[in-house]
Amino acid sequence: MNATSTAAQGPTDVLPLREPGIGGGLFYVARWRFLLMLLVRKELRVRYRGSVLGILWSYVKPLVQFLVFYIALGIFLNLNRGTHAYPVYLFSGIVGINFFNEIFGNATRSVVLNADLVKKIYLPRELFPVSMIWVAMVHLVPQLIILMGGALLSGWRPGPLNLLAGFVALLIIAVLALGLGLLFSAVNVLFRDAENIVDLFLMVGTWASPVLYTWNMVHNKVPQWLWVIYQSNPLTPAVELMHYCFWFPTTQHLSALQQAAQAAQVALLGPLNPPLLPLWSLLSIATSLVALAVGQVVFARLQGRFAQEL
Amino acid sequence: MTVNSVEIRHVSKRFTLRHTRSLKEMAVWKSRGRDLTNIFLALDDVALNIKQGEALGLLGWNGSGKSTLLKLISGVMRPDEGSIGVRGRVAGLIEVGAGFHPDLTGRENIYLNGATLGMSRRQIDRLFDDIVDFSGISRFLDTEVKFYSSGMFFRLAFAVAVHTEPDVFLVDEILAVGDEPFQRVAVARIKELCKEGRTLIMVSHDLPMVERICERGIVLREGRLVHDSDIGSAITMLRQSDRV
Repeated sequence: MNATSTAAQGPTDVLPLREPGIGGGLFYVARWRFLLMLLVRKELRVRYRGSVLGILWSYVKPLVQFLVFYIALGIFLNLNRGTHAYPVYLFSGIVGINFFNEIFGNATRSVVLNADLVKKIYLPRELFPVSMIWVAMVHLVPQLIILMGGALLSGWRPGPLNLLAGFVALLIIAVLALGLGLLFSAVNVLFRDAENIVDLFLMVGTWASPVLYTWNMVHNKVPQWLWVIYQSNPLTPAVELMHYCFWFPTTQHLSALQQAAQAAQVALLGPLNPPLLPLWSLLSIATSLVALAVGQVVFARLQGRFAQEL
Repeated sequence: MTVNSVEIRHVSKRFTLRHTRSLKEMAVWKSRGRDLTNIFLALDDVALNIKQGEALGLLGWNGSGKSTLLKLISGVMRPDEGSIGVRGRVAGLIEVGAGFHPDLTGRENIYLNGATLGMSRRQIDRLFDDIVDFSGISRFLDTEVKFYSSGMFFRLAFAVAVHTEPDVFLVDEILAVGDEPFQRVAVARIKELCKEGRTLIMVSHDLPMVERICERGIVLREGRLVHDSDIGSAITMLRQSDRV
């Protein structure tokens, strides 16, 4: 008994020969949780170094952004009139888009910015784009708090389905942004044009989904095929789900006068929620997963060249 | 029983040196019929086995491919041809303080760097005091690393690296930075690691130091392995060979 167990121990003592520099991709990242957490903390520390307000800036920036849009669009362009609780409508979309922009933009630059590390020490490089989700989440929370505060003041009483919609929206955004971030961060190592292309995407993104306006303004203007393209943008259903979570419930408990005004709007433009939202949301989930798969494949393919190209 | 800790099986590594990247420059170059790329063979069919517990000195003049070979072993780069097998965890100092961030404190950097080199939180917690003692910078532990002198910085980086308990330890030209007392401590520590049965692969132009630490030496020239013997004759061989 003893003899067999020691005999069996010999070979297991010897670790297997492994090829260095081959990670398991995204699935491997979970094993590096500790490093991931440290990278997130580093990123936040570095971003707010020498700053008095520090993390408070993550409240100030979206607040100013919101005020600018609210004054320009809500008051000057009169969107307040047509949409009940327009500030809540506006901000719920902005929060979603900000989350997307931050993950996608930061992830794209993450590999190049960590060139020192990439060139000298092997670690799963997916960690850099992935860590940006956590960084973005740290900034998302204060925005969500402000948003919920504003929504509550506007009579927000969400049901479980509304909250689920919000959760799914943020999930879609995170998956899509990570997929695109993986793709563009890898390409960015070879061609720095990638980060400029991404900046363009981000600029267009805010306007190519119903963040600042309502869906029927698009629907009533564009031909059907363009509407289909518009809805195929995975961000469009995600933003609508954000609306369904934070804004739509505020339209359900209105005074008689407000109800009449809303009924007139609906008769004129169409319902508050876009048609076939659940279906488009499923499609959006599928598209985001495909983006993640493509991003991971390209990233894995290119990462062997990172160290020599940086 | 001795097993191979690192197996390098007919490895070649090519670098494509791209001269230019902007569209305008590319058009100009193409129109003049000049080649846009320049291929450089950094490693040419290198085959080598390194036994567990062996201390190997990688010798060669500048540009002979030593650092490239280390980077292939660490996994930072992948070979174009051939394959590499490594048993256990590789860590080391490819360059002083890689993975250190100037805006973080010494304490934070110990954790970040340790984790980067593959240590777990528990491992770092356990070895934290040893690392601080070894580095001798305990007074500045909560100072941001950018305020460190280069010597302090190096000592801390080295302390973290030698405490990572790797199976294969790579050292690239790092001991030149510390002062003499620290060098002595560092060399003693490296020898200790070897005695624990860890494999050491070292690159340095400080030949007397390599001779003190390593047993076996290989010489690379223009990416080819030209000599493999005990460290003494490898150094003699390198000194006799003319610089290309």
